[in-house]
Amino acid sequence: MKRLVTSALALATSALALTATPVGAQDVAITNATLATGDGSAPIEGATVIIRDGKVTAAGSGVSVPAGMQAIDGTGLWVTPGIFSAMTTLGLWDVGAVSESNDQAGGSSPFSAALDVAPALNPASQHVLVSRAAGVTRASIYSRPSSSIFGGQGAVVDLGADPDMVVRPRAFQLVALGESGARIAGGSRTASHALLRNALREARQYGTDARIPGRPARPAERTTGDDIPLDPRLVDNRTERGDDALLTRFDAAALVPVVRGTQPLYVEVERAADILQVLALRTEFPQLDLVLVGVSEGWLVADRIAAAGVPVIADALDDLPERFEQVAATQSNVGRMVAAGVKVAIGNLGGSTGDQPRLAPQYAGNLVALSRVPGASGLTWGQAFATISSIPAEIAGFGGRLGVLAPGAAGDLVLWDGDPLEVSSAVTRVFIDGVEQPRDNHQTRLRERYRDLDESDLPKAYDW
Amino acid sequence: MRLRALLTCGGALALAACSASGPSDDVASASDASGETPFASTYSPYPGAATALVGATVFDGAGGRIENGTVLFADGEVVAVGDSSLAIPAGYTRLDGTGKFVTPGIIDIHSHLGDYPTPSVDAHSDGNEATDPTTPEVWAEHSVWPQDPGFSRALANGGITSLQILPGSANLMGGRSVTLKNVPARTVQGMKFPGAPYGFKMACGENPKRVYGGRGRMPSTRMGNFAVNRQTWLDAKAYDGKKRDLGKETLKGVLDGEILIHNHCYRADEMALVMDMAKEMGYRVSAFHHAVEAYKIGDLLRENEVCSAIWADWYGFKMESYDGIPENAAMLQREGACVVIHSDDENGIQRLNQEAAKAQAAGRRMGMDITDASVIGWITLNPAKAMGIDNLTGSLEAGKMADVVLWNGNPLSVYSRPEKVWIDGALMFDALDRKRRPVSDFELGQPGEGDVK
Repeated sequence: MKRLVTSALALATSALALTATPVGAQDVAITNATLATGDGSAPIEGATVIIRDGKVTAAGSGVSVPAGMQAIDGTGLWVTPGIFSAMTTLGLWDVGAVSESNDQAGGSSPFSAALDVAPALNPASQHVLVSRAAGVTRASIYSRPSSSIFGGQGAVVDLGADPDMVVRPRAFQLVALGESGARIAGGSRTASHALLRNALREARQYGTDARIPGRPARPAERTTGDDIPLDPRLVDNRTERGDDALLTRFDAAALVPVVRGTQPLYVEVERAADILQVLALRTEFPQLDLVLVGVSEGWLVADRIAAAGVPVIADALDDLPERFEQVAATQSNVGRMVAAGVKVAIGNLGGSTGDQPRLAPQYAGNLVALSRVPGASGLTWGQAFATISSIPAEIAGFGGRLGVLAPGAAGDLVLWDGDPLEVSSAVTRVFIDGVEQPRDNHQTRLRERYRDLDESDLPKAYDW
Repeated sequence: MRLRALLTCGGALALAACSASGPSDDVASASDASGETPFASTYSPYPGAATALVGATVFDGAGGRIENGTVLFADGEVVAVGDSSLAIPAGYTRLDGTGKFVTPGIIDIHSHLGDYPTPSVDAHSDGNEATDPTTPEVWAEHSVWPQDPGFSRALANGGITSLQILPGSANLMGGRSVTLKNVPARTVQGMKFPGAPYGFKMACGENPKRVYGGRGRMPSTRMGNFAVNRQTWLDAKAYDGKKRDLGKETLKGVLDGEILIHNHCYRADEMALVMDMAKEMGYRVSAFHHAVEAYKIGDLLRENEVCSAIWADWYGFKMESYDGIPENAAMLQREGACVVIHSDDENGIQRLNQEAAKAQAAGRRMGMDITDASVIGWITLNPAKAMGIDNLTGSLEAGKMADVVLWNGNPLSVYSRPEKVWIDGALMFDALDRKRRPVSDFELGQPGEGDVK
């Protein structure tokens, strides 16, 4: 019991990080910079951003710096909100191919939906440090579906140089449909859809009927301080269940907030037909709060996605029929979905480049490039930047609070020496919750050590 | 001070150091159409108009930059390159490139298009003959599927005109590579680059020892890797040629300097060992591929005249890539060693120009200014040298193949894309002409038909 109380307190504390003034928060003013607020609008030149007590108080042109606040001259610089990585495994691994350092997937676990990335996160992973130095300040971290079609519960995190990484634990559930989900479920989409429906029904029934001694049939939620309550079935109890239940008690409990729509369900899917099947799930499970992930063929059914009001986290530039479910893949996919009114973030940049959230601006820049290619569909600069800032924040449930520079938003600020989407530009300073962040890491130390190859006095090992 | 001196001539030095294989003219062609060589190239250039590209900024691939330049090509060859004073002969179609950029065709020295094509289904997995740690007898061209949709994306988005298809890295000796022109064809012979020497793929480190160690056979360690390699070379040296042996024929080709070694190798210490093994056995390494730690031994690589074919910023995905840093290319350039930016990826090959730009920017951040013109050499003339085709392509020089890209902006900007791509003077891609874009058989009749969409 003591452990549970402690963890509940820890969760409450991390959730408070968004509301309380962070330790070390500075009052920051940037003047005369080119400002991209992240909300989809075009950049503004000669703008000012003010951060007080860890929050943005003003951002725009014609903003005056409060008396006594020291200002950073932003002449020649760009200022933006931090990059929000919409879908990454940052913090769950050190070296991808060193399995003992890699917590991206729990393939041999008896659990699936109950898997929770929060306790596995390592804010000291070099990839967190490298991403932070490149202006990534927030991320949605997922656990890859492996033991089942359910990957488990992802978290929203910050990349600040402190031990408290989690902003919101259990922020979403991830399920794989399409080809990969079908293989995991038993070799066919028929298997994955049956597995999904059974799981959601078990969760719905469990949410309604689970009998916990000494409590009403549908017990009161436990308050933990964040905005997704801890389901009481996740704590010790003597709940009885039917004999034919497939889900473990823990997995069923984890899916209760999904079926009730209090926790978003991220669905990995690529094929147009599969996308429509996902949208149709809401006829059986009306409360599902769906987010589509991948969605290579989204442009073929963009109107339907838009009408359903379901947001998308897309691979930005997938243009090859990597799998049969991606035969219609095109670089114009994101541009066309946005034009149809779909809310699109880009993310899931994994694949052979490795999971490098720091490349998000390059991908977004390519979407701008497409707007200049005849016959292709791209995005405006403002729209493109929003796909890696405000929109992933909105999808994660932090609209207006993260991924934008607007009054009341978190003081996550990045200064760049040029256009942030241009590959030649570099980050010069990073603030998270108003706290300036260190930008050194294993890579920068190697760079300094090998600035020259001179070992005339001592071996390189002494150069540090 | 030493650094500055090197920087001023960095580009020239780097290019010079790149002739790892010696003068390319001396390299015997292993793929000419003489009739003696099996699977000979059947490619010949498609028709093209005599063209004068005028008004654009020209990067010639050899470190030169011409503002308001003129590039003339006809009959498949570059005729002349100069500034606006260059006279345009009669009969040339004049194409205004004002505000645009011209480069040689982009070259990817490390691709698996065709041998790991899309769709990436098991039936298409033809890149690793992972049944023996040394398979010098296999040839990558026998695995290339010409209908891989990836070729078209590399052309349209990346301006790729030539590429080397390599076997994978499961084996210490993976087999022969093949150099292709990025022209659609019904057969791989129809894509083979006429006159290109063969390459030979080798691999250091984790992959071979993992693949074979995992099966309880040698090699299971790095020392096992070297032992198997050295014994294989010794056996090849003893080969008398009386009875044909496909593997030994290839190894002999390497020892005779006709086939160029492309060695997958990440760690600095292993690259140094490989260079010594090459000396012991009497062959040369043309390029280390992936080479994420090349920056630690830029001096050694320069002295041994070995190119480093690298990514801009991949790191951390396996143990031997943990020390990868974005400044790798710039630091090699500082040492006067040869830099090649490669993809090893069907997506990355569409953006080699951006990868080069990122590597350049990382150098700038540490105080090293490498000119745009030099950086374009990382994806044109330098790979051509390491592949032994620099006498034929890789730069815009009179007499070379008219492999040319017209970009709608500076190719080192994320916002730029190829507008037109010529291969041997034939217009093979035109962003302004919907039909001047290849669609593979596989994509025909499927939604979108090859991202023409």
